[in-house]
Amino acid sequence: MDTITLNEQSGVKDGVDQDTVDAVREVGGKYKHGWSTDIEMDYAPKGLTPDIVRLISKNNDEPEWLTEWRLAAYDRWLTKTEPTWAMVDYPEIDFQDQYYYARPKSMAVKPKSLDEVDPKLLATYAKLGIPLKEQMILAGIEGAENAPAEGRKVAVDAVFDSVSLGTTFQDELKKAGVIFCSISEAVREHPELVKKYLGTVVPVNDNFYATLNSAVFSDGSFVYVPPGVRCPMELSTYFRINAENTGQFERTLIIADKGSYVSYLEGCTAPQRDESQLHAAVVEIIIEEDAEVKYSTVQNWYPGDENGKGGIYNFVTKRADCRGDRAKVMWTQVETGSAVTWKYPSCILRGDDSQGEFYSIAIANNMQQADTGTKMIHLGKRTKSRIVSKGISAGKAQNTYRGLVSMHPKAKESRNYTQCDSLLIGSECGAHTVPYIEVKNNSSRVEHEATTSKVDDDQLFYCRSRGMDEEEAVALVVNGFCKDVLQALPMEFAMEAQALVAISLEGSVG
Amino acid sequence: MLSIKNLHVKLEDEDKQILKGVNLEVEAGKVHAIMGPNGSGKSTLSYVLSGKGGYEVTDGTAKLEGVDLLDMEPEERAAAGLFLAFQYPVEIPGVGNMTFLRTAVNAQRKARGEEEMSASEFLKVVRAKAKDLQIDAEMLKRPVNMGFSGGEKKRNEILQMAMLEPKMCILDETDSGLDVDAMKLVADGVNALRSEGRGFLVITHYQRLLDHIKPDVVHIMSDGRIIKSGGPELALDVEHNGYADIKAEVA
Repeated sequence: MDTITLNEQSGVKDGVDQDTVDAVREVGGKYKHGWSTDIEMDYAPKGLTPDIVRLISKNNDEPEWLTEWRLAAYDRWLTKTEPTWAMVDYPEIDFQDQYYYARPKSMAVKPKSLDEVDPKLLATYAKLGIPLKEQMILAGIEGAENAPAEGRKVAVDAVFDSVSLGTTFQDELKKAGVIFCSISEAVREHPELVKKYLGTVVPVNDNFYATLNSAVFSDGSFVYVPPGVRCPMELSTYFRINAENTGQFERTLIIADKGSYVSYLEGCTAPQRDESQLHAAVVEIIIEEDAEVKYSTVQNWYPGDENGKGGIYNFVTKRADCRGDRAKVMWTQVETGSAVTWKYPSCILRGDDSQGEFYSIAIANNMQQADTGTKMIHLGKRTKSRIVSKGISAGKAQNTYRGLVSMHPKAKESRNYTQCDSLLIGSECGAHTVPYIEVKNNSSRVEHEATTSKVDDDQLFYCRSRGMDEEEAVALVVNGFCKDVLQALPMEFAMEAQALVAISLEGSVG
Repeated sequence: MLSIKNLHVKLEDEDKQILKGVNLEVEAGKVHAIMGPNGSGKSTLSYVLSGKGGYEVTDGTAKLEGVDLLDMEPEERAAAGLFLAFQYPVEIPGVGNMTFLRTAVNAQRKARGEEEMSASEFLKVVRAKAKDLQIDAEMLKRPVNMGFSGGEKKRNEILQMAMLEPKMCILDETDSGLDVDAMKLVADGVNALRSEGRGFLVITHYQRLLDHIKPDVVHIMSDGRIIKSGGPELALDVEHNGYADIKAEVA
């Protein structure tokens, strides 16, 4: 790929033709969700102090125990240091130069009718492609849930900066016994469940970012599926960071009680800004006996520009605990955005015969850095895990797979299969695979396969000779490379992910 | 249809001249064959015409219906109606054959400002054409050329040609690696596509393919030039006497 420093005004450097300049410009503008919504916000003062923690807690009408829980986390956080073992390099983050809470002014009181909803919020979700019907419910209008839905039903919780705007299909889900709401609502309406499960999978002191999240988390989603219930529709949360210099600290808690099933999707975008922004989320999933959870993510945070300016720092702790026997969890992630990704969705296979699966596509283009993978902790007997990771690097990006497979002494006759493939586009990027394997019993089996390949010029020429342009050809070849993982995604997400793969790689060849 | 004048081509990274002044006119509705010994520049000619990288045109022109091909990107040449059936079709893991075909068809339609083919219409057309080439549903689903036998790969090339309906078809040693039955199937596929408006350039080592695809004109290529042209009898002549006689005669 050509690397050209552009002079903004004159535009053209000597010896560079205008076409190339235009092409490079266009690549910088390819992130399709880079616009922002100009809206009046309430911010908590910049910086992080116990008072800010109290303020966030107060804004959410939280009970005393949760305020104390947060403050304890804050004290812990002060004693912790940022992890440095990941293969990512970014300027030091000034944690006092961030806003930890930002809420659209109009959301201070929940709107009850269309007239009360801020039209700018409506327009934001329309522009992101959320259907109108849902959009109306998203903006928090009560009663709209009863209107007939177009097409297949997907319930949505929309989180805008620090607050949830609303959750769709709540009534219909309630009939099935499923609770789906924002975590702040759950704290108010179902405190017993939150208190019982919060922090039991990712403990408060787990790691620097999880501890920070525990102190300042704002909104995120809460799901409870009662015993024996198959959730009647897909659940999803759409995260949007809009405010400047503001971190998003979402917290999601999913509980699948005995014999239940739920499929949950998560999407995220952010405006294009020159300043990097912090996103430190925690997701906890509890899966009881014979229950199954599918968790899919299409992560499309703003990746920064082609010179590495701006973009989201995505430091995320996601973990699922298969507590009961025969519990099953499947993580599927498509990571295309963020300037820096630090994320290891993990499975604790505690119950006997429990199963964990991890399917991942991580794309890093331009100056993006991704250090991502999973941990499979086998504790129960005959537990099974499967890891399929596809890493794609282009431009000057660095992409690392880091994974732990641990077979504990009691995890007799357990099995793991890991397949880890890396694809390189161009000659300035890097792919790295760092597997950790610990086996502490002699009846378990661990398999690891890894490949690294380059996008082949002959493949591209073959596609182009049939009429596809270069970017279409790259997208086709890369989508082929990712097929095993794309197939694991729910239908709608798979389509979106395929298109996203193509967009993320635009400008990576030539 | 295809008009090549004084085409000179060298390798981009090496000071090696491969084509040294090729002149060729393929008329619409005609089949021209190029024969020649190894290393005479036959495959290079097909690659340069379709726009493969690694070559540098030092002189001459190549036009398709009066439009200069050499300035175009490979995909633009394809949209303009040029098709190359590869000697070694490339494998693309994970990409279904059907997906590949549909992407190609619609990319060309889009480039020509035509409407894209709907999924159902495409399916109907591809099934009918695949049947003629004895390509079953299973082969349409498999990743492009992955695990295909030699014959399957070549039939797949012809299926692509049938779907894309190019104006000018170049077949690069389509007979290599085929047994007699497979060759007949491929030849039938090609013959079915012969029409008034379409030109063919068939590159081959052996006369046997030309028993099945009857050429109107046969050219002999040697050392980067076309040294002799004639009717179908020229191919038989080569079959019996080899290239040495012709080379000697021209020299």
